[in-house]
Order: sequence, then C-alpha cells, then structure tokens
Amino acid sequence: MEDIEQKPEEKDYSMYQDINIDNILYTTIIPKKNQEKKPYKPKDPREIYVFIPGTILTIYVKKKDKVKKGDKLISFQAMKMNNLLLSPMDGVIENVFVKEGENSNKTQMLMKIK
Amino acid sequence: MSVKQKTIDLRKRMQEALQGGGSKAIEKQKATGKLTARERIIALLDPNSFFEYDLFVEHSGKDFDMDKKYLPGDGVLTGTGTVNGHPICIYAQDFTVAGGSLGYMHAKKITKIMDHAMKLKVPIIGINDSGGARIQEGVNSLAGYGEIFYRNTLASGVIPQISVILGPCAGGAVYSPALTDFVFVVDKISKMFITGPEVIKTVLGEEISMEELGGARVQAELTGNAHFFAESEEECFEQIKKLVSFIPWNNTKKAEAFPKKSPKTKSYKIEGVFPTNPQLPYDVRSIIKAISDDSDFLEVHEKWAANIVVGFARLNGQSVGFVANQPLVLAGVLDVDSSDKAGRFIRYCDAFNIPLVTFVDLPGYLPGIDQEHAGVIRHGAKVLYAYSEATVPKITVILRKAYGGGYIAMCSNHLRADFVFAWPTAEIAVMGPEGAANIIFRNEILNAENPEEMRKKKIAEYKKKFANPYVAAAYGYVDAVIDPSETRHFLIHALDISKDKQEIRPYKKHGIPPF
Repeated sequence: MEDIEQKPEEKDYSMYQDINIDNILYTTIIPKKNQEKKPYKPKDPREIYVFIPGTILTIYVKKKDKVKKGDKLISFQAMKMNNLLLSPMDGVIENVFVKEGENSNKTQMLMKIK
Repeated sequence: MSVKQKTIDLRKRMQEALQGGGSKAIEKQKATGKLTARERIIALLDPNSFFEYDLFVEHSGKDFDMDKKYLPGDGVLTGTGTVNGHPICIYAQDFTVAGGSLGYMHAKKITKIMDHAMKLKVPIIGINDSGGARIQEGVNSLAGYGEIFYRNTLASGVIPQISVILGPCAGGAVYSPALTDFVFVVDKISKMFITGPEVIKTVLGEEISMEELGGARVQAELTGNAHFFAESEEECFEQIKKLVSFIPWNNTKKAEAFPKKSPKTKSYKIEGVFPTNPQLPYDVRSIIKAISDDSDFLEVHEKWAANIVVGFARLNGQSVGFVANQPLVLAGVLDVDSSDKAGRFIRYCDAFNIPLVTFVDLPGYLPGIDQEHAGVIRHGAKVLYAYSEATVPKITVILRKAYGGGYIAMCSNHLRADFVFAWPTAEIAVMGPEGAANIIFRNEILNAENPEEMRKKKIAEYKKKFANPYVAAAYGYVDAVIDPSETRHFLIHALDISKDKQEIRPYKKHGIPPF
C-alpha cells in the first residue's frame, strides 16, 4: 500500500515511464511485453522464408536462374510432410542462402528474387 | 457368509482401492511437492464432508495386456461434499494410478459426476493431474474427452465450473479447463500445453522446458489461460474457497449475502491516492478497496492484462463484479488482451446474476501497428458486446478521463448502464484536450504569430470548457455528478433499488459475439 499521507500530485513518479496517446503523455508502467515489441516491417515478397521450421530437402533453382510465378523453388520437410515453396513472382534468383539438408527456421531468409 | 463377514470383505476391498497407486507412487508424487488426489479433496472440502462415488470402478482396456492390470478407481476420484457449507460436486485425477491417464471408465466417472452437478444445480470442481489420454485405450479415450468437453459447454453459464491444474494437463485434456469459468494454477506444479516440449523439439527443432512453455507463471501472466495463481496447493485451495463465497451456486440464484462491513478507511482513502491530473498514475485497486466491504477485493486475472482490473467484492454484504481501468499500467488503455479479459468477466457476472460496477479512467484504445494487426477491432468489440448484452444491474462511475471509443465501451449510458455517476474530476470528451485543440483550432494555430503559444492557449480554452463531467451531464448522459467520498453510499443505493431489475430481450438462439 502506498503512503496515504502524501498528496498524490506531489508524489515521486520518477520510476514510471511515459506513453503517448493522442498527443498526451501519460505517466504509467509499461509492461515488458509492450516494451519488447519490434518495429513493424512490411513483408517483402522477393524474400523467401519457410512458413514453418523444417529441413530443406531439394533446392530446384540456383543463382541467376530465371523463374516464373508458380515455379518450384524449394521443398522442405516439416510436421512429417513435404512442403513446397513456389515463386511468388516472375524474376531472377539473386541469391540462395541455404543448402539441402540444412534446418531452417522462420527468421532465416532462404533466397532472394530480383 | 454372515453380514459381518461380508462387511469385512467390503472393508478389504475398500482398503485395496483406497491405496491408489501404492506407496511407491505416492512417495514419488510427494517428492515433487504435490499432495495426493485424496488429500487435495480433503483439503478443499469442509471437514468430513467428502462422499466418494464409484470407488470400485475398473478400467475397460482390453488390448496390450491391460486386462491383466488393476487400476484402483481407474485413476480418478469423484464425489460430493460441501464448501463453506454449500453442496458441491468434485473430481480429482490421481496421478499415482497410471499417471492419471484418461481411459474410458475414468472419463465415465467424470461425466457421471458432471451430470450429477447439472441435475443438482451445484458447482463442479475438477482437479487435473494427468499424463493425458490412455494410449492403450485408443479411440475410447478420445471419446471420453469429447464427452467431457460437451458437458463443459452445456454446463457453461448454468453451474459454476472451476478447474484446478495440479500437475500436467496436456494435449486435448487442456480444453476442459479452457471451457470452464475459472482456472487455478500453482507455481512449479501446473503445466498446461497442447503440444509438449518433446513434440516441439522433434517437429520444429525448437527447445524449451515444460515450465517455460506452459508453466503456471506463463499461463497466469502471458496467456491469460489461468485466472488465479498460487505459490502452493494450500494457498490455491484458500483462493477457491474465497472465490466460491462471492458467486451464486447456479444461474437461478444470487450470490449469498454476507453481513455488511465498512471499508477499512484508515488504510484506504480516495483522496490519499487519487491525483486529479489525468496524466498521473494511481492504483485503481486502492479506490475499489476504499469503498468495498472490509476493503476485501478478490482480483481475477491479477497478473495478465494488468491495464484493466476485474474481480469480486461486496457492497453492503452483496456480491458485485468490479471492472476498472488501471491507470497504473499502460495508462489504463483498452487493448487486445484487456478487452478479452473484461469481456469474459462481464459475461460471467451477467450469466450468474452478479451486478457490475465499472470504474472508468482511460485515454482510449492503445494505438499501434501491433494492436491493429492483432485484431484490436474484433477484440475491442468484445467489451461493447458484453456490456450491451448484460442485463444485470450495471453501475458506472467515471473517475477521471473517459475519452472517445473508450468512453462508450466502458458501460456508458449508451450501452444501457442503469446508473452513470461521475466524479467532479471526470473528463468526458471525444479525445484528450491536446489532441482535440490541435484539430479544432488547426488554422488558428497555424496562422498565429506564435503558434506554440496559441496552441497552449487553445488547449487551455478547450480544457476549461470541455474537460469536465458537466457537458455530458447537461445531455443526461451522466445521471449525477457526485462527491467521491460518497461513492459507496451511491453505489449501495443503486444496488438496493435495482435488486429486482428485469430486462427482456428479443428471442434468439444465441448471439454471435466477436470471438
């Protein structure tokens, strides 16, 4: 329980943080979850990631290959299933960052299309 | 055999069944800091009130040599008893018997006692401590879970359902607690997850401990799956006894009235904690305690979404559900989690005839890309839905700021609050003075010789005119502006005269709330 004798307007609020809502700064506690939030980054369709962590089985293309939308890029195994990653666009493979047999998680870029 | 011999035989059979998984398994259970299923029931119920059902039930497994095994009571204890002198149905899974695994007859015992609770219209308490489905019984074990979930759903809003997680509760098994009203967890003992660490590791290659994945703290702080967190099983049972003192025994009754008690006004004073400047924080729980009987407030979801406070207290002996924005955390905004938390609590109180008291002090909804992308529209709508739908007495007190959509959502006159009180410190407006002045006086500020000075002047002007409760009071959106020190008096008056409140709604099968 806080010290009740002290007037609330004169209390020491230095342990709190400020949050801006509609141009007003409010003194408050900002929970860890809210502090840790990462800045938003829109998804770039040219960057290819797995949608679920898994093991890379086959890489169908190499650097500088021309690809059409819907072409097979990579197959990988996850959840006991073979999954396919298809090219989201027409373009040229700028770079491939993984090898067959490697494990991949959702944060690792597999390849980039130009 | 004579009656005496038959009775001796009965005692022998009972003795055998009562030993559960045997002394070795019991020792193992104790070594992990856990009580046995029987000890738990005895600790929770009134002394000598437990009456056990189905002690002699045996499992029905036939495959994998299961027919040669004897599992006392098939790994679960069921029965009736009393808590605080009121009847209750209860079951407790016995981890010492085949890991508390759920087979067909195990499930049958649980569904039997659930059906009993529905017929008798009394609460059901389930103590979960189980390794999950009994794989040897195959699809029969899944059928067992399904029968339990179905009953959980039918009983929802009819009788109180309480789940206590005192061990592992994994896979499909966690959906029973998820369907019940309140989930209790104990630090280092409770573990809840759909897929465990081993599956996650083999399938996804990610490593995590059971505790980090679904321990008591995770469930109470991060996910909101658990409503009450305790350090020990004993503390957990005390929490349950306290909770059931605040809620009615079924949805046709009201919560038991207690002798009226005054708040502890020496420890809790409104003036002592409440800053009139709307930008400064305070703990809204102090205000709740300052006006509640004996300053006794039982908080639900204490550790999760702390920017809103929900829980039970009494006013003049009558149980009420409090919903209050918490300026101490995130300025008391509504966001995805706090809307979810409030919406659910409001619906609970409405289902069980517990009047709602709402304390309003919020700047609105939390701005941010993450909130928008997390669906704050549909989650935020839960608060509006729950308040509009509720027909129990609804009493609102606007303490300080009530801006924009947040004002509407927090049980405003427009969502049919029965009473809207405002403190003289209330500010009811479309947004805070700074934001509003910037928009309304944009041209004047831009064209001024000294725009900054003009901005300040216009903000002050706006504040003076609109940052008060009297504009809303002039339209009748606020029923009365009251002296904060008389809040308890007005709340008790409002509760007294709305005792027989009845509100009839058009017939529908059920609504479609935004979940």
